Amino acid sequence: MPPSVGVVVFPGTNCEHDVARAAESLGAAATLLWHGDRTVAGVDAVVLPGGFAHGDYLRPGALARFSPVMEAVGEFAAAGGPVVGICNGFQVLTEAGLLPGALQKNEHLRFLCTTVAVRVETTRSVLTGAAEAGAVLALPVNHFDGNYVCDRRTLDELAAEDRIVLRYVDDVNGSIDRIAGIAGPGGNVVGLMPHPERASDDLLGSSDGRVLLGSLLEAATARVG
Amino acid sequence: MRFAALVEVQLRPGIADPEGSTIERALPALGFDEVHRVRAGRSFRFEIEAPDEARARARAEELATRLLANPVIEDSRLEVCALGAEPG
Repeated sequence: MPPSVGVVVFPGTNCEHDVARAAESLGAAATLLWHGDRTVAGVDAVVLPGGFAHGDYLRPGALARFSPVMEAVGEFAAAGGPVVGICNGFQVLTEAGLLPGALQKNEHLRFLCTTVAVRVETTRSVLTGAAEAGAVLALPVNHFDGNYVCDRRTLDELAAEDRIVLRYVDDVNGSIDRIAGIAGPGGNVVGLMPHPERASDDLLGSSDGRVLLGSLLEAATARVG
Repeated sequence: MRFAALVEVQLRPGIADPEGSTIERALPALGFDEVHRVRAGRSFRFEIEAPDEARARARAEELATRLLANPVIEDSRLEVCALGAEPG
């Protein structure tokens, strides 16, 4: 049986179909999960996709963390389930406390909509298990609040525990240590600002995101057993 | 009883404030060369029901730290008073 990926839809989410389609193109079964339901419906992996959950009111992700589905996502993550937050989904994961730090406005208040070079820093995460450490991927970014910040202690901890998953090759938004993606302590919860689903087919200009989504599906398959 | 609450949220000292710096950089063009250290923030006003002011304050404080501010990067400041004597 192919692994199933649940893609969470909040009001204002706008990348759910892109993620579902990319996952299906890699052989997974994709299900959309409504934010108002208190369940992840038995899926093998959860993706919080990009968009503007709850209009990004207050702060991106601040209201989404109180959506009923988030309790189920938290339990799924605590049980070792693979959870990936992309862009707005990364913001939701930090607001929900599933990942440390915060994403604040880009340096110079610049909205970014471009493709950037991102380096895989570790393969010890559900998003990079099938990638090669040091590989440089061309991935689209599309955000205003992608400037990752955390205190010194958290940064040292992330580095010491090999939880910095992706780094921008060049500084694009002011993120501390050029961080583009991080993992939680178990490596099963990952947040990243770039959009791998938008780099999942040569027709889109890059298929470099496939190795990331493929890694997630491998992690999901491992759970199917 | 009903109380009026004012919560001010600001980025913590040391956290870069691109909005504040952008405003500051624009000020000389308006002739405000004497203005420094601009920090942007936001404020929230609401009314809260509670048996007494201490309880109103405690609940409003919880709301401020759990939702209105992100304690990772922001500080909040709270004022609570009986309705009719709202903070300015």
